[in-house]
Amino acid sequence: MALILERRVERARKWMWLSPLLALALTVVAGAIIFALAGVNPLHGLYTYFISPLMDGWDREKLIAKAAPLVLIGVGLAVAYTANVWNIGAEGQFVAGALLAGLVPVFLPAWQGPSVMAAMLLLGVIGGLAWAMVPALLRARFHANEILTSLMLVYVMRLAYDWAVRGPLRDPQAMNFPKTVRFEGWQVLPAWGEIHLGAAFALVAALVLYVVMVKMLKGFELRALGSSPRAARFAGFSEHRAIYFVFAVSGALAGLAGACDVMGVSRQLQAPYEPNYGFVAIIVAFLGRLNPVGVIFAGLLLALSYMGGETAKVTLGISDNIAKVFQGMLLIFILACDTLILYRIRWQGRA
Amino acid sequence: MKSVPAQTPLLEARKLTKTFGALTANDAVDLVVREGEIHALLGENGAGKSTLVKMLYGALQPTSGALFWKGEAIAIANPAAARVLGIGMVFQHFSLFEALTAVENIALALPGDFDLAALSQRITTLSADYGLPLQPSATIADLSVGERQRVEIVRCLLQNPKLLILDEPTSVLTPQEAEQLFITLKRLAAEGCAILYISHRLEEVRRICQRATILRQGRVVAACDPRRETPASLARLMVGGDIHAVRAHRDEAAGPVRLKVNELSLPPDGPFSVALKDISLAVRGGEVFCIAGVAGNGQSELFDALSGERLADYGHAVEIDDQPAGRHGVNWRRRHGAAFVPEERLGHGAVPMFHLSDNVVLTRHAVDATVAANRRVLRPGARAIADRVIAAFDVRKGKPDPEARALSGGNLQKYVVGREMDRNPGVLVVNQPTWGVDAGAAATIRQALVDLATRGAAVLVISQDLDEIFEIADRIAVIARGELSEAHAAREMTPEMIGLYMAGMAEAAEAQAAGEGSHGPHP
Repeated sequence: MALILERRVERARKWMWLSPLLALALTVVAGAIIFALAGVNPLHGLYTYFISPLMDGWDREKLIAKAAPLVLIGVGLAVAYTANVWNIGAEGQFVAGALLAGLVPVFLPAWQGPSVMAAMLLLGVIGGLAWAMVPALLRARFHANEILTSLMLVYVMRLAYDWAVRGPLRDPQAMNFPKTVRFEGWQVLPAWGEIHLGAAFALVAALVLYVVMVKMLKGFELRALGSSPRAARFAGFSEHRAIYFVFAVSGALAGLAGACDVMGVSRQLQAPYEPNYGFVAIIVAFLGRLNPVGVIFAGLLLALSYMGGETAKVTLGISDNIAKVFQGMLLIFILACDTLILYRIRWQGRA
Repeated sequence: MKSVPAQTPLLEARKLTKTFGALTANDAVDLVVREGEIHALLGENGAGKSTLVKMLYGALQPTSGALFWKGEAIAIANPAAARVLGIGMVFQHFSLFEALTAVENIALALPGDFDLAALSQRITTLSADYGLPLQPSATIADLSVGERQRVEIVRCLLQNPKLLILDEPTSVLTPQEAEQLFITLKRLAAEGCAILYISHRLEEVRRICQRATILRQGRVVAACDPRRETPASLARLMVGGDIHAVRAHRDEAAGPVRLKVNELSLPPDGPFSVALKDISLAVRGGEVFCIAGVAGNGQSELFDALSGERLADYGHAVEIDDQPAGRHGVNWRRRHGAAFVPEERLGHGAVPMFHLSDNVVLTRHAVDATVAANRRVLRPGARAIADRVIAAFDVRKGKPDPEARALSGGNLQKYVVGREMDRNPGVLVVNQPTWGVDAGAAATIRQALVDLATRGAAVLVISQDLDEIFEIADRIAVIARGELSEAHAAREMTPEMIGLYMAGMAEAAEAQAAGEGSHGPHP
């Protein structure tokens, strides 16, 4: 007997959505095993990790706040990946947005009023977009692999940010701590409890991009380019234009998320600053089936994995690196389960 | 079936069956091949020919049934085992390393030690002996398709085969190259080697084969002597009904020039691409203009330049209805009445993972307000067009709006051609309209091309299939190494002239054209 993969005639739509659920189930099972190996009662561990963060209202607010940047970045990446453009550098674009937005309170501390909030958000968008244009240009002009260039630029931007916050942007009154002045008044995003305005941006971005991808010709163009570049060229769609477009969209949204994070959560720039939202959003995009509405749910789930990691650290006394383990397992399982969309598994006896 | 002869057959298959899931590709197939005969295996695409020979060559294992080699029951576990028995096969798609030389490629397939010098010597002797001249030190990448096929054949011959299987060997050859191949095959047969010859070219089967086994939908429908059949009777057996001949249309194409190419030159756009050199042509409304040529001589490059997927250096290089189009892209050309059908159905003419209706949007979004308007895709409009094309061209499919890749080759080709026909274009450029398509679908497509011309459109067909060209063309030109020959009226053209043009011997072809009136075409 042998286990064989047999190609399906068409994609199995039901597996498009069953695959992430199966991946989640496998992650839970694997997680239980890991808890057991770490000497924790698996059921107690899973309860602590997945359920307890949802039990009180303050935690639920925090969950949505955490999900906001993941969704905002994730929808942009979903659009890029649909077009077969692999922007892996959203983390760098996120930091670029945060850095640019942070320039305003540092250099123009007296500027107040709604205009300063708009300006900071806009600078965040510009920062992320500009940083994303580098790999876009390298890919479109020189055929440089954007997976490598966009990823490497993350580390360039992290170092640039670190230098800036330890150097020219540092608050002289901060006792040599690497941080800027605190943002005040209109430099801070309005918030409802833990949830700041970024969550609203994420929801709007997801819904707008859903309409673009499903109803508009632009979405059709990106899907065609992602699926069959030669046929897309035959349709008159330009691959170069699409590369710039998806890098611009995903970079701008990552930059906006970065601006929102420093304006809504930390309310100052501080080093080191490695929230990893840009990387986790890659998992969010895949788990959400590259569908902007699916990304909303995936973002909430991955936000839970952050929260669970913190809870597990406090309650169970294990490293919060457990969150990264869960996130990594989820990505591996989802990619593996996606095989079932195009293939079916069959047992076959010897001929 | 014929009665079993006294002589033990070389190879016999009894009730050979192969199923893939729910599909029965071969259903209780009986086949008898004797020493020294050239045996044709005939059938449409999808009739099960490839499955059958793959089982004979050990590349597939039968689900049930038995194989006998010289009267003894055997199982052929893999191609290596087949070669040990003495079965050689020349595939339609060659399995050669392009960066290596001919002798290196052959050495790789032979058992034992490498002795390239001695092997080169054997290759030279053997290839000259069989009339297949071959330079052992030539790099494969530099060889023509016909020469590459010779490498494959010589590779088989060096192993002294008792049965040689050839899969559509002449589909890539010029008529002259095919003639040479026939001489070699007859000589091999005379020496006692059996040849299993897969083809759908009925004329050549009637010329060189003594027996034929005809498959339809995985079953043997007849075993006959092709020399006693007519092409029509063989075709009827293959298809299971009469294929109506394409209605010839008017003699005179009196319309204005609708598609014009003026001294178009383009450099190659990749290492395996062909440069276009100084191509000029003019297609009038009402005529079918065919460009013949062996694959890989600039056909796809010319198609891309005509469709606007590659732009020319100046506008007048391509003119559509007297308007310079050379600097405009594919959708501008579509808006000016042109339509295009590329060679590759899946991945060029259609997105494999898209539904048929979305594949309407692919080529119509810029020209049809019912499909896309205000930057939105209008799916009901696209569905309506898809349904119309499906009905008009009898596209067979499993469900209402399947993904393109779920269709069979012939049905998808009908759909892709029909999608453009549905626009009633003034200019149609189509590359290899019936490549890999069954005879019934091919007839439908050819008729549609002729009918479109009759309605006043300029139809440019790029094709490798000479039968097809002579069936539908009003005028014929030949493309070879990126250059286009002078166009001649179809009735003045002969296969020999086309062959000379294909071989790059334009002067000899022109001389034949000039001498046409005095001594007529060769038979």
